[in-house]
Amino acid sequence: MTSQAIPLTAFDLALAAFLLVINGGLSLWLGLGITRSLVIAAVRMTVQLLLVGLVLKALFAQQSPWLTLGVVGIMVGFAGYEIMNRQDRKLTGWWSYGIGVSTMTFAAISVTCLALTTQLKPDPWWDARYAVPILGMILGNAMTGISLGLNTLFNTVVRERWAVEAQIALGFPRQVALRPFIRRALKTALMPTINSMAATGVVSLPGMMTGQILAGADPVEAVKYQLLVMFLIGGATGIGAVMAIYAAVWRITDPRHRLRLDRIEGSDQ
Amino acid sequence: MLSIRNLRAHLVQVDDLDLDAGDCIAVMGPSGSGKSLMLRALADLDPAEGEITLDGHERMSMTGPDWRRQLMYVGPESGWWEDRVGDHFEDPEAVTGVLQRLGFKAEALTWPVSRLSTGERQRLAIARAFDRGPRVLLLDEPTGALDQAATALVEGVIHDFLMDGGIVILATHAKDQAARLGKRLLTMTDGRLSA
Repeated sequence: MTSQAIPLTAFDLALAAFLLVINGGLSLWLGLGITRSLVIAAVRMTVQLLLVGLVLKALFAQQSPWLTLGVVGIMVGFAGYEIMNRQDRKLTGWWSYGIGVSTMTFAAISVTCLALTTQLKPDPWWDARYAVPILGMILGNAMTGISLGLNTLFNTVVRERWAVEAQIALGFPRQVALRPFIRRALKTALMPTINSMAATGVVSLPGMMTGQILAGADPVEAVKYQLLVMFLIGGATGIGAVMAIYAAVWRITDPRHRLRLDRIEGSDQ
Repeated sequence: MLSIRNLRAHLVQVDDLDLDAGDCIAVMGPSGSGKSLMLRALADLDPAEGEITLDGHERMSMTGPDWRRQLMYVGPESGWWEDRVGDHFEDPEAVTGVLQRLGFKAEALTWPVSRLSTGERQRLAIARAFDRGPRVLLLDEPTGALDQAATALVEGVIHDFLMDGGIVILATHAKDQAARLGKRLLTMTDGRLSA
């Protein structure tokens, strides 16, 4: 597949990068003040992607399950950190990180393993060439879903604490008092996935599919891969978000069905 | 009968307090002295140690929601979770009596919550607590946002509740209200009650 792709030279890339230089010039001329961040972002992207290319090349050459596992661990660690960073409000202690990482890891890894052992079946099944990109796509989407869901849950519960407390004082159990908030958080968590599924193919051609087509793959085969990945993403995001949101609801309430805002940082009283 | 023994909650402590059916204790004291925290602890809304018994049943012998249906806390800040007033009531038919005595017509149940004034919210929050038929009412500044006429209506409803054998603990800033409703007057200072 890769052999059919038209190879790019450094000059080709430099020519494309010139477009960003034009952008920078425009920003300077119009006084937008984004020249600096544009340059930093472009340089960062170039360095990061080149490094990733080298790492993946070495990883694919090594064919070591332990090395693959190590890379998976690093990806999960970064994604977990990112989940926590995207929260306006955090649970006290390690709970935000713990709930985010554990639910995201469980959902992404189990869905990836399912795909590798039943649909894709590379040999060996943990072949990094398949495992790392598939996990990356699933992890990225599960991460976005979980962080959006948790953020919505904590923000709305803190903002509408009196609506929750009123129900609890009237004798409602916690799962009833928090039901509208759980629903809203889940909806927010799944919205990006649903939107991207609905718009795919009409508004945008997904990056992975485009990449395969550019690399010379048959468009119908590329579409099948894209469908598989979208189903995996939808499944993992749903599983991860439901688990994360229910775990968080259990953490901000207690077995006596009290609302425990003291367990969200800076929200007590 | 409600008995409180060695209640220890955040910033509050009640060693020994008993209320018989029909009793009302009025608790006065400066803001921040712990009146609200005590009422919240009694309703098991905040974690607390100690023994609270209602008619021989200890708080921990039942679930939190079961306990709160009998000891109902009505806070100074009323929360609403549906769009219409009536959706906050368990049995909108049966509640019309209390609504009327609090100065509302039955059509108030169809009002949108967003249209309510602060005073209307406070009275409706009391009405929806009555709707659930509690044994004990824990009232936190129940007339804080009300004018004289509305205050009289609320006090009338509380009075009838006591006549029917209900138990009330009332946190209030108004000395005359404490005298009108409270069989006993207690003062809260730094989380401790005194006569």
